[in-house]
Amino acid sequence: MNFNVKIWRQRNAKAKGHFETYRIEDIESDASFLEMLDILNEKLIREGIDPVSFDHDCREGICGACSLYIDGRAHGPDDHVTTCQLFMRHFKDGATITVEPWRSSAFPVIKDLVVDRTAYDKILQAGGFISVRTGSAQDANNILIGHDTAEESMDAAACIGCGACVATCKNGSAMLFVAARVSSLALLPQGKVEARKRARSMVAKMDELGFGNCTNTRACELECPKGITVSHIARLNREYLKAKFSE
Amino acid sequence: MADKLISKIPDGPLSEKWKKRKSEIHLVSPNNKRKLEIIVVGTGLGGASAAASLGELGYNVKVFCISDSPRRAHSIAAQGGINAAKNYQNDNDSVYRLFYDTIKGGDYRAREANVYRLAEVSAAIIDQCVAQGIPFAREYGGYLANRSFGGVQVSRTFYARGQTGQQLLLGAYASLNKEIAAGTVKSYPRHEMLDLVIINGEAKGIIARNLVTGQLERFGAHAVVIATGGYGNTYFLSTNAMNSNGSAAMQCYRKGAYFANPCFAQIHPTCIPVHGEQQCKLTLMSESLRNDGRIWVPKKLEDVEKLRKHQIKASQIPDEDRDYYLERRYPAFGNLVPRDVASRAAKERCDAGFGVNETGKAVFLDFSDAIRRLGHQKVAERYGNLFEMYEKITASSPWEEPMMIYPAIHYTMGGIWVDYDLQTTIPGLYAIGEANFSDHGGNRLGASALMQGLADGYFVIPVTIGDYLSHKFAEPKTDINAPEFAAAEKAVQARIDRLFSIKGTETVDSLHKELGHIMWEYVGMARDEEGLKTAISKIKALRERFYKDVKVPGNQFEFNQELEKALRLEDFFDIGELMAYDALNRKESCGGHFRVESQTEEGEAKRDDKNFMYVAAWEFKGEGKEPELHKEELKYEFIEVKTRNYKD
Repeated sequence: MNFNVKIWRQRNAKAKGHFETYRIEDIESDASFLEMLDILNEKLIREGIDPVSFDHDCREGICGACSLYIDGRAHGPDDHVTTCQLFMRHFKDGATITVEPWRSSAFPVIKDLVVDRTAYDKILQAGGFISVRTGSAQDANNILIGHDTAEESMDAAACIGCGACVATCKNGSAMLFVAARVSSLALLPQGKVEARKRARSMVAKMDELGFGNCTNTRACELECPKGITVSHIARLNREYLKAKFSE
Repeated sequence: MADKLISKIPDGPLSEKWKKRKSEIHLVSPNNKRKLEIIVVGTGLGGASAAASLGELGYNVKVFCISDSPRRAHSIAAQGGINAAKNYQNDNDSVYRLFYDTIKGGDYRAREANVYRLAEVSAAIIDQCVAQGIPFAREYGGYLANRSFGGVQVSRTFYARGQTGQQLLLGAYASLNKEIAAGTVKSYPRHEMLDLVIINGEAKGIIARNLVTGQLERFGAHAVVIATGGYGNTYFLSTNAMNSNGSAAMQCYRKGAYFANPCFAQIHPTCIPVHGEQQCKLTLMSESLRNDGRIWVPKKLEDVEKLRKHQIKASQIPDEDRDYYLERRYPAFGNLVPRDVASRAAKERCDAGFGVNETGKAVFLDFSDAIRRLGHQKVAERYGNLFEMYEKITASSPWEEPMMIYPAIHYTMGGIWVDYDLQTTIPGLYAIGEANFSDHGGNRLGASALMQGLADGYFVIPVTIGDYLSHKFAEPKTDINAPEFAAAEKAVQARIDRLFSIKGTETVDSLHKELGHIMWEYVGMARDEEGLKTAISKIKALRERFYKDVKVPGNQFEFNQELEKALRLEDFFDIGELMAYDALNRKESCGGHFRVESQTEEGEAKRDDKNFMYVAAWEFKGEGKEPELHKEELKYEFIEVKTRNYKD
């Protein structure tokens, strides 16, 4: 297959970015999107052009590193996948494909398609944990958790922290990301003790870091590669309100 | 210098050793812990759990990772589960049995004392992880669920769907975040260690490159912990993440740390087959699939022909014409034989011409029986996300047709040599998790990597490092202006300058791919003397070509992924060569290391305990020189050494 790839190029955080279009030929339809970019980069290096920087690592859809905005969609035209699990068979032969970094003021561009997502780490540092010291836990089976509760908690815990929800949201809100963590822990008995404080401080940190507000467009849910639903945002709101009333 | 290999294994009965060691270890008082600094490199299960636990104890910890966040470390991709000797299933599991299975699975090349301790602390890991809020799979009564893995006959594996590694890592990362918030740990993401700094024979810091600015930065400490994982990417194609590398381990090796059993690499039997030359990464399908999936190839070559020409589908081949070769060869364990055995059996069938895809390098993993027996819903609960993942990649549904799988490089049992305290041959330098060599011998059992990473990080290193640091609290902070730091930084700068000065024509990846071909061909699933010698000379030639003709674009002081890869490839050349030397020396078949010269008439691996029951620890003797071998004899006092038998 052959493509024209229109890619956002930006030398560094301060430089002004622009689009460049490159021609790429003879791509196998079974190749992944990132393999296509690898091949493009090999070509660019040989031609003396600076290769395109992009974040990637596991290439199995689980590390959350890859983060491309392709043809106007976070992680591209397939549903519920990360960019690394997007395959070229989803594109028309000869198509022009537009590739951009995540666009959010909370995720500044480092270079080309690479953005800085340390804001996510900071939100989690504000309370996305259970305060248990190594060695102080009781026997695991002393905490009984119903099968369905564990499954629901796992649904939320599946978040890979890629940032697609923020990139997709017209307000640049991180609500789905925050909700996934708050909800996953609030569902479990171990997580209930700190649930209110957690919701309050994580939301406060999210606001402080420049993420936008949630206006319930549910775009995040559509583009989440792990299919995390906005029902978790409802649970976050509940936890947050409980916290506010208990102040 | 063989006296460096003092394993410090405590005397006494096996079950008392860890208790004994803990009681001997000197403590550091809380007010002194505040004065001590520890560097942890890597944030996978080992690094994150170690950094968090050391922070909780009150040490000043600096933690480094190459990714944009600690959460992206490759532990995240582990699918199937984590072992623990809980005996929740009442199937007569015990600490001893987990110990026994691990030693046997490792083909009697792991240290008894280390493995026993691993089994001993395994139960506490599960307790810890549940307390952190990890949503493990549960029974309807609310109790934890278990499943079985290869090489064992009990169900001791805890899991969170097919994302166990992710959940365990997010747990360790959450603990790390708790400590970062508390100020005991400082995190340095997008930083890559490029050298170890040694002062007066002791590890005192690192040189790291800030991957965003490209600046070289100096970091000092009272001790350094390496938790940077394995070196499977030496083969270019592997199930490791693209950025996984063995560079930190090689830097330690070049600074004097011995490197143990480099030739022990694990080839995982259930990976998605290679689709073409443009591929850069192989995808693992969890071993847990072998619980319910049956592995087979056709009995008749004519069926193989038709499959390759797409004239028939696998589901159309009747049961009597299928060769369930693992069940046939190993009736006692069937599809759940250890990974090395399953991989070689797949290779044997494919070499005999029964490979089921166009390349001839694939076998079937079939769920039709399981779907009939358990029903769609049960199978979906257990493997749903793995089925989806397979379908996304291959555009074929495992609900309708069997999966196609083939072995691929997955894990490295070898690593930096460590003693019982996990200290390397360099005082103050520790290695944990996959980065060390200690627990898996010649072959690692499924669901044991997660167990080892967390055992080392949560429960071993926080205790053992105290023994060393208890003598250091009076020492001032390490001065990063010391001449040793300047010299190390200068050497790193020279390495980088050299790479940019070559201005050749070949890309880093194309050369890495060639290294991978050499490794897979000559240091892969079957190795012989001639091939290994060929590998060494070919790697040397390739390295020369690299230094003559590699092209590294851009400059140092920017985000430059090609430079990162070039620096790592330099180290992969050295590891590849070291692996070949080790494989050449080990003239026996053992675990993941199969020497063609050493096999039984039935083609099973033939171990040579008389001559090779030792850990091969290699010492760096200078660039271009052959490494020197040191031997740590393995003594089995508490377990009878047997030939591995998975047949009856």
